[in-house]
Parts: sequence; structure tokens; C-alpha cells
Amino acid sequence: MTENAYKPGSYPDLPPPPGTVGVYGWIKNNLFSSISNTLLTIISAILLYYLIDGIIGWFLFDAVYDAESKIECRKIDSGACWAVITKRVGQFVYGFYPEAERWRIDISFLTMFIAFAPLLYPDIPKRKWLLWFSLVYPFLAYILIMGGYFGLQKIEYSLFGGFMLTVILGVSGIVCSLPIGILLALGRQSNLTVVRTISICFIEFMRGVPLITLLFVASSMLNYFMPPGTNFSILVRVIIMFTFFSAAYIAEVIRGGIQAIPKGQYEAADALGMSYWQKTRFITLPQALKISIPGIMNTFIGLYKDTTLVVVIGLLDPLGIGRAALADTKWNGLSTETYLFVALFFFVSCFAMSRYSLWLENKLNTDQK
Amino acid sequence: MTFLSNIWRNEKSREIIIQIFVLFCIGWLLSWLVMNVNANFKALGKDISFEFLFIPAGYDINQYLIDYNNRDSHLRAGIVGLLNTGLVAIFGIILATVMGVALGIIRLSKNWLASKLAYWYVEFTRNVPILLHILLWHGIIINTFPQTRQAINFGDLTFLSNRGFYLPKPITESGIEFVYLCFVISLIFSVLFTKYAKKKQDLTGIQYPVFWINTAVIIILPSLAFLLSGLPISFEIPVLKGFNFRGGLHMSPELAALTFALGIYTAAFIAEIVRAGILAIDKGQKEAAESIGLKPSKVMNLVILPQARRVIIPPLTSQYLNLTKNSSLAIAIGYMDLVATLGGISLNQTGREMETMVIVMLIYLSVSLSISAFMNWYNSKVKLVGR
Repeated sequence: MTENAYKPGSYPDLPPPPGTVGVYGWIKNNLFSSISNTLLTIISAILLYYLIDGIIGWFLFDAVYDAESKIECRKIDSGACWAVITKRVGQFVYGFYPEAERWRIDISFLTMFIAFAPLLYPDIPKRKWLLWFSLVYPFLAYILIMGGYFGLQKIEYSLFGGFMLTVILGVSGIVCSLPIGILLALGRQSNLTVVRTISICFIEFMRGVPLITLLFVASSMLNYFMPPGTNFSILVRVIIMFTFFSAAYIAEVIRGGIQAIPKGQYEAADALGMSYWQKTRFITLPQALKISIPGIMNTFIGLYKDTTLVVVIGLLDPLGIGRAALADTKWNGLSTETYLFVALFFFVSCFAMSRYSLWLENKLNTDQK
Repeated sequence: MTFLSNIWRNEKSREIIIQIFVLFCIGWLLSWLVMNVNANFKALGKDISFEFLFIPAGYDINQYLIDYNNRDSHLRAGIVGLLNTGLVAIFGIILATVMGVALGIIRLSKNWLASKLAYWYVEFTRNVPILLHILLWHGIIINTFPQTRQAINFGDLTFLSNRGFYLPKPITESGIEFVYLCFVISLIFSVLFTKYAKKKQDLTGIQYPVFWINTAVIIILPSLAFLLSGLPISFEIPVLKGFNFRGGLHMSPELAALTFALGIYTAAFIAEIVRAGILAIDKGQKEAAESIGLKPSKVMNLVILPQARRVIIPPLTSQYLNLTKNSSLAIAIGYMDLVATLGGISLNQTGREMETMVIVMLIYLSVSLSISAFMNWYNSKVKLVGR
């Protein structure tokens, strides 16, 4: 075949060399490209086989979902004994909240998504109206959950527990810590020596001690710092500590964002004659917050996970409920099942949060690529 | 009026006014808190004193690195706790680093299966609270490992049971000093040789296989000394006597669970840091290094790693710090660390919440602050000098 057989520009595309495309090519390139790579594939495959074979069987196929005790479970099948969970699902979700009033929790939980939607998705239709709802929501939720108004039965804090408690602690901590964190970050970058020193002391102290010591302070010492006779509930004290703790971390993340803004931005703002607050509102924060979204979300996820620590000071979050279940002689020794169930709940919610953060990051990314 | 507004308009004087105002507010807040504490303490008939540190603690600690019994003081109990915190932190950091670096590199590998497995490991691990990891591992060891009589046996040397892990304990005998000496000598040699090789390369361009020679010397010289001085290390092997093992090194279920949990959890974060650090290096750096003909190992050691190190080390240190602070969760499974001894039992026995918590917090604070001071120094040292 000579080159002249084709007119210029009409030379047909040749098929790619064999073994570089398609399923075969993909497998060859990604799994067996070299000896070490092949070895890695084989090891991973063996690992995967054992995982699926051992864990899935134990988890699902050999598992027992309904029984009266651990001994009964073991008689039925050899796998996991999920009966310890199914017998107490209500407690795991609502704690000791009275059964007749649980609809109040359901409603506040479902409306929470409506309240958060306009904050989380800027493109949502009718956003303005929904934002009003978001503003009212905290009061609505408080009235619904606590009761005591409009003929709703008043519920004691001590009955709160389970996943409901996790969500209450997590969400209120997250919502309160962001504004405080922003203020602390601005304080730390401030020109005013006094403000800067105070912010640094606060941030470094909160970041330097383990959260658990702060919770001990909340549970046993915070009342000493209040006027004699004041007594506010442990739940509020714990939320205050969570808020301060994660505000300090958020402040550091946002400070990183502020420092990453090019100097020219400030100089331009100064040249335009903007005041400090104008500069902060229109120049610094929009850019700094955008850069720090991944870090802020990580802090939120951390706070949400850290709510489990309240079990140490005796609140009945899902771990507390689980431990109470395990203390029952009927279910003694089923710790793996109980903790894995709670772990699954945290995995699902935290994974969802991190996916949202990725989505937001991509959406706000204005870099030219 | 114009005088006042002039003061407010002047930047200097306005700053001073604001600062005085803030100082006043903070001073008022602090004095209010102190007054409240005073009033509350008076009402309860309490005072602040640190004398309780020197009275006998009266409780037992099941694991101690320095001698301790229940007649020792609260102070000593606190030190035992602090050492236990250090012990689990070091074990955890070693485990987390090894696993984390390996996982980070696997996630970047071209192997689809391995990289996906590592990805899901990271996602599952870091999205579950650390306290759950600790309780889960503790539960697994306590509930699913066999009893001591049926302990999992590795060649009659190491035993795993629900009472903890039993390992052979190395015992040094006379003559070991000679081995140590040889080890030090080989280290000194390797430092000097590295310097010499670098100088030689600068002058003549001749390269020595520095790494291999150093490794060989560091391994061979002490081993030879070890053989020559008549094998001065023997092992005390745990033996089952009655219901429990005697001798050997004992790792309690609490320590083991805490080490695994902290190591496995932190490894997921370290994997992400390592991955991000390597990805942060511009592709052009690698391509440039390859195009001037460097071997793959040289590309890694001379071009990628020195730059990735700058990105990796600061967050890595903060992960180590997090691990150390997370080890305070030991209290949930009854491992006697600093928070469980001084901030737990001592607090409950003496009723001195204020004093014990202040001491515990100050210790953690001083560790964190000194490490972050070191990090600031390191950052300023390795920072790229901009315009």
C-alpha cells in the first residue's frame, strides 16, 4: 500500500495497538503492569476474599436478628447477634424520651433538613422564604423537643439520649462554633495587641488540652464559676464546651485561609478607602471562608464524632445506651455487634458530610483549569 | 464635641480606646469568675491547696513503669499515669506512622484494587469516632480472644489471650556494653563517612553507595560484637502457670486496645497527609528530574521527598499531638493514664477538682505548646523564601 492511495486528510484512523484499551487493556495497565504490581493485586485480592468471606457472612447471612438473649442467639446461628440492637432500637434512637412524645423528635428532625436546605444549597428555589424558616427553626425545635409551652408536656434533659442526643449536641455545637471561630480568627489577625493576645491565649488553651478534660470541667467545675445558686443543665454546659473547643480549631483553619489571601487584595481595599469592617465583610472573609471550607468541614466532622465523649461524664449517647445494654447479663459480651452498629451510624453521617464538603468545594472553585 | 470625634477619627487614639475597653471587659469578666469561685468555695467550706499531692494515694494501678504501690503519694500516682500516657502515645505513633505511610503510598499506586482498598480503609476508619475504635478493640480482645488456657500460641514464645498479650522479654547480660559500644562506633562512622562522601562528590563528582555501606556497617559491626561477646541477650519466655502466664512481657488488653485503636485511627489521617504531600509536588519537578537523567530512587530521594517533607511534617506533628491527646480517652476502658489517675481517682478521693484538673491541663498544655513552638521554628526554617 502506498501513501498516495489516500488523499491528504482522509487517512483512516487505525485501531489502537492490541492490549492497550478495553477491559483487557485496563486490567493489564491497572492491575498487572509489573511484577510488583501483580504481587500487590494478588495480596489485595486475597485480603478482599477473606474480608468478604469472613465479615459479610458473620454480618448478614449467619446473623440472628431476633432472640431473647445471647445464649439463645448462639443456639440459632453462629454469626452476629443483632438482637441486642433490635430489642432496643427505640432507646438507641431516642434515649429515654417518653414513647408517646417521640413524634416531636421526628418532626424536629425532619424539619431540620428544611431549615438547613437554604444554608447548604445556595441555588434552591424560594431560598428567601426558606431562610426565614431557618431563622425560626432553633426556637421551634427548642419548644418541640423541650416542651413546656402550648400544652406540650415538659421533658427533662436527663431523658435525652441515643442518636437524638448526638444530633442535638453536634448540630448546636456546629451552629454556635462557626461565628465564634470567625471572630477568634479575626481577633488573632487583628492589629490591636490586647485583642490579639486574648484570642491567642484562648485558642492555644483550647487546642492544647484534651476535650475530655474540658468535659470534666463542664460536669464538675463549671458551677463554681457561676454565682452561687445558679444551676444550668449539664446538656447546656457540655454544648458550651463543645462550642468553645471547636471554635478554637475553626479559628485556626480560617486564619490559614486569611493568610493565604494575596497581599494585593488588602492593599487594593485600603486604596479604595474601605473601613476595617467593610474590608473584612467584602474582601477578607468571602475569600478566606472559601479557601477554608475543607478544613471547617473537617472540624465539624471532628466535633460530631467527639460528641461520643459525653459518655465518659455519664450522658446516654448511643455509646452510653450500648454500654448499658452490654451491662445487662442477657447481652453480656456482645460488644462487637453493639459498637459496630453505632459505628455504622457515625460512618454514614460523617461520610455524607465529607461528600457535601467535596461538592461545595468543587462548586465554589473559580480557579481556571 | 469636635474634640471627641477627632479622637475617635484618629486611628491611633481609637485603637487605644478600643483596647482599653476590651481590657476592662476582660478584667471585669475574670474578676467576676474569681469572685464566684471564692463565694462558692466559702459556701462549701473548701479551699485551694496542693498538699493532697503528698498524702498516700491508696489505690492500685495495674500497670506501672516505675515502682508504685498504693501507699505512694498522689503525686507519684500522677507520674505513673503520665508515663503510661507516654508509653501508649509512643506505641501508637509508631504503629500509626508505619501504617499511615504505607497506606498513603498504596493510595497513590497505579494498582486499582490496592488503591481502592486503601481508600475505603481510610474512609471507614476516619469517619468513626476514636472512642468507638477504642471500645471496639477492647471488646474484641476481652470478648472474642480465647482464655489464657487456650491462648493463641506462636511457637510457644508469644501468646494472645483475653487477658492480654504475652511476649518474650529480652534480658541483657554482661558483655552487652561491648555491643552498645560497637553500635555507637558504627553510628559515628556512618556520620563521618556520609560527610566524607559528600565532600568527595563535591570535589570530584565520584559517588559512593553511601546508604548501602552505612547500613551494612550499622548491621554487621554490632552483630559481630554480639556473636563475639557470647550472645549476651537471652529471652524470658512466658509460661502458663495455673490460670495465668508468668514471666515475659505482658501487654494488658487495655494497652493493646488503646495502641491498636489510636494507631489504626491516626493512620488513616496520616495516609491522607502523606498522599496530599506527595501530590502537592508539581509534576514538572519529577519530569525535570527524570529528563536530566536521575534514577527513579534519586528522583524520589533528592527531588520529591525533600519538597514533600516540607508539606507533610507540620500536619504530621499535629496528628501526633492529637494522638497523644486522644490517649486521654483511655479512661473509658480503665487504662491508667494521666487523666485516669490524677484527673480521675485522685480527684474523686480528695474532692479537689480545681487543683487536679489544673495540673492535668497544664501538663497537656505544656506538651502541646512546646511541640507547636518547635513546629513554628521548623516551619520558619524550611519555608520557601518568597519575594
